[in-house]
Amino acid sequence: MEWSFLLVQALSGLASASSLFVIASGLTIVFGVTRIVNFAHGSFYMLGAYLAVTIVPWLLEFDRSPTLFFVGVLASALVVGLLGVAMEMLLLRRIYRVPELFQLLATFGVVLIVQDLVQLAWGPMDIPGPRAPGLRHGVTILDQRFPAYELFLIVVGPAVLALLWLLMHRTRFGVLIRAATQDREMVGALGVNQAMLFTGTLFLGAALAGLGGALQIPRISANAHMDLSVITEAFVVTVIGGMGSVPGAFIAALLIGLLQAFGVLIFPKITLVLVFLLMAAVLVVKPWGLLGRPEAAAGRAVLPEGILDPGRMDWAGKVLAVVALAVMLALPLIDAYAVKVGTEVLIFALAAVSLNFLVGNGGIVSFGHAAYFGLGAYGAGLLVVKAGLPMEPALIAAPIAGGLAAALFGFFVVRLSGIYLAMLTMAFAQIAYAVVFQWVEVTGGDNGLVGVWPSHWAASREVYHYLTAVLTLAAIVFLRRVIHAPFGATLRAARDSAQRADAIGIDVRMHRWLGFTLAGAAAGLAGGLYAFSKGSIDPTLLGIPMSVDFLSMILLGGIQSVLGPVAGAAAFHSLKDFFLPLTDHWRLLLGLSIIAMVLVFPRGLAGAFASLRRRPA
Amino acid sequence: MVDTVLDVTGLRAGYGPAEVLFGVDLTLARGEVAALMGRNGAGKSTTLKAIMGLLTPRAGTVRFAGQEIAGMAPYRIARLGLGYVPEERRIFTDLTVMENLAVGRRAAPPGREAWTPERLFAFFPNLAEMRHRRAGAMSGGEQQMLTIARTLMGNPEAVLLDEPSEGLAPVIVEQMADAVLRMKDEGLAVLVSEQNLDFAAAVADRALILEKGTVRWQGDIATLEADEDIRRAYLTV
Repeated sequence: MEWSFLLVQALSGLASASSLFVIASGLTIVFGVTRIVNFAHGSFYMLGAYLAVTIVPWLLEFDRSPTLFFVGVLASALVVGLLGVAMEMLLLRRIYRVPELFQLLATFGVVLIVQDLVQLAWGPMDIPGPRAPGLRHGVTILDQRFPAYELFLIVVGPAVLALLWLLMHRTRFGVLIRAATQDREMVGALGVNQAMLFTGTLFLGAALAGLGGALQIPRISANAHMDLSVITEAFVVTVIGGMGSVPGAFIAALLIGLLQAFGVLIFPKITLVLVFLLMAAVLVVKPWGLLGRPEAAAGRAVLPEGILDPGRMDWAGKVLAVVALAVMLALPLIDAYAVKVGTEVLIFALAAVSLNFLVGNGGIVSFGHAAYFGLGAYGAGLLVVKAGLPMEPALIAAPIAGGLAAALFGFFVVRLSGIYLAMLTMAFAQIAYAVVFQWVEVTGGDNGLVGVWPSHWAASREVYHYLTAVLTLAAIVFLRRVIHAPFGATLRAARDSAQRADAIGIDVRMHRWLGFTLAGAAAGLAGGLYAFSKGSIDPTLLGIPMSVDFLSMILLGGIQSVLGPVAGAAAFHSLKDFFLPLTDHWRLLLGLSIIAMVLVFPRGLAGAFASLRRRPA
Repeated sequence: MVDTVLDVTGLRAGYGPAEVLFGVDLTLARGEVAALMGRNGAGKSTTLKAIMGLLTPRAGTVRFAGQEIAGMAPYRIARLGLGYVPEERRIFTDLTVMENLAVGRRAAPPGREAWTPERLFAFFPNLAEMRHRRAGAMSGGEQQMLTIARTLMGNPEAVLLDEPSEGLAPVIVEQMADAVLRMKDEGLAVLVSEQNLDFAAAVADRALILEKGTVRWQGDIATLEADEDIRRAYLTV
């Protein structure tokens, strides 16, 4: 291998690192001040790109000058910054005090809304951008051609870092941001209007995301998938660098950029696995990232959110359960459509109960539960399609696949808590998604695999429905038993105060790890059943939208109750199945509904109901 | 009552289901130093937090400079001229001394000389030598001085000072007492929560004793020093 080749490889690694830093710095600044992990940061990035492919060509009509190109890029960033201001004033301001899970979901609601709005405004096609005047040529470096624009990008990262440093240390606004990152309540007590500070921070953060997106247009076309792909990378950068730390984000972006550039040479197909290994290694040594610091609230007792007292089922609950069961069993009497929806409701009910086993009972807010659902589906599907095994062993393999993946990822996940944990679960899920998406020879890539059919005896919809009913109900009853058992109570104790649980001799990590694995196995079983009900598998089963569907289900059903998620799954899936064919804007509808739910019932529907009932006289 | 700067009546507050204050009544005169005393858990810090708006009062009125402030956001209360120095100090450890002071800076009301870092360094000479040091790298006593200086940068008319002597070496405690007396010389009213009677006696004109979330006794600090029975009833452990 020649030196010149390695040099060019390093340079392109630096160029991606630089772009990644510009985006991640905005995310980390916004988190530092507002303590909200803004999912919509990826949407701001995407909007930056779409605005730039609209504004820049228009400007270049007047004069193909480098100046106008960069004026267009900066104008796009500014417009995105203003959209950030709008988001802060309309939404974030109302949710600073609600639990983290709801904050994450609300900002994800914005992601869904922006996806639909972007499609409305710019259409479904990718839009290529113009190349930058004056930077269109290649530069010869040691006999290798290297694009001048990439060289320019290498400079942008350090320049943004320097400008941010000046802003943070030489302006009152910057000093206030740094102070608020540490203790925003004290900043308020000193007479600083936090609302203005937060709005300003969102402007800065969103503008950085917009700048990152606008700068990409000569390299990649503006497309509808930019938001979620970049947010994952930005999450990984901020987790590795330490959340809230701008220099940490810079170091982490460099590490990842170079790792990907050189990783391609050594393991061409699995650079993502390298990123995963890097993240895992950093988190084992420094759980709060390279330059991060432990959250002040970590380990401290919090007001419990979730299942308080699993209790016995009262007579009303029993009647309801029997009626629900009877309806499920009687569905074949109606029609085939009812059976299809019923089977899926049962499957999603198991997935939702397994997720709430973590969220409501364990306080482990997993944002990537679809990974275990999807890996269960792939575990079963691959055995049938590639190994030619029948359904029965495949259905045994499904929970094993989900459980093993959960054990592997969970080993790292349970070292963290709160928002860090949520981001890590999501990053792991995205890595699993990317592996399934990229490993075309085995998984069929984007198209997935077809031919995942049940065994002959279970081939009819009705029989398969009953098979699903038996397996999902058995698993749900089992999870309910675990919640009632001492193991479940121990998880609740660790949820309410990890420190106190530790102090009375509970191995918190071990319990959480076992709980995480168990929930992954249950989700895996649900995934396996889903694969056979559809006859096919594809990567969307592991995607973030699927994880968010699960979270919406438990939110709707109430994370405070053991079996509420069953009702949530039934309501959510029936509504989705009903509305999806009727509207082109399901995401808009879902996004608005999630936000409305967070704003109107910040403690969940069941929480609102329970507080009505429990209100002291 | 023209010279009353802070007037609290029937203040109730608490954390979640736990009630801490059951109707606190107190007043602070312009330019006066009053000591809010009482045992651990009596509600001293909670009273100051509730006045400052860091804890939303559940009932009662809080009037500052003639204006009702109960339920206002803390930053509005601070802008009216009420300063707050928290018990845990809560300095910004990543910021330098000068930057910490910059966060607290607010314009002085017309007709009053504004606090500047230089004036405060004359006040707290220790801080002058470390103006560019990271606040996290300072000793507890220096941090306590910084947190007071930071609040004074807002040019308040009255200051709520929460347990300034707690956990400090005796020599530093003396400096703190000096600082409070000099604040009084500058015309500031100070409500200082304190467990240490010697410190209270050194700085305050008047004492209020809290027990179980209400004011049980108030009077001259000299009376309190002389009366063993009151001290035994409300202060000694």
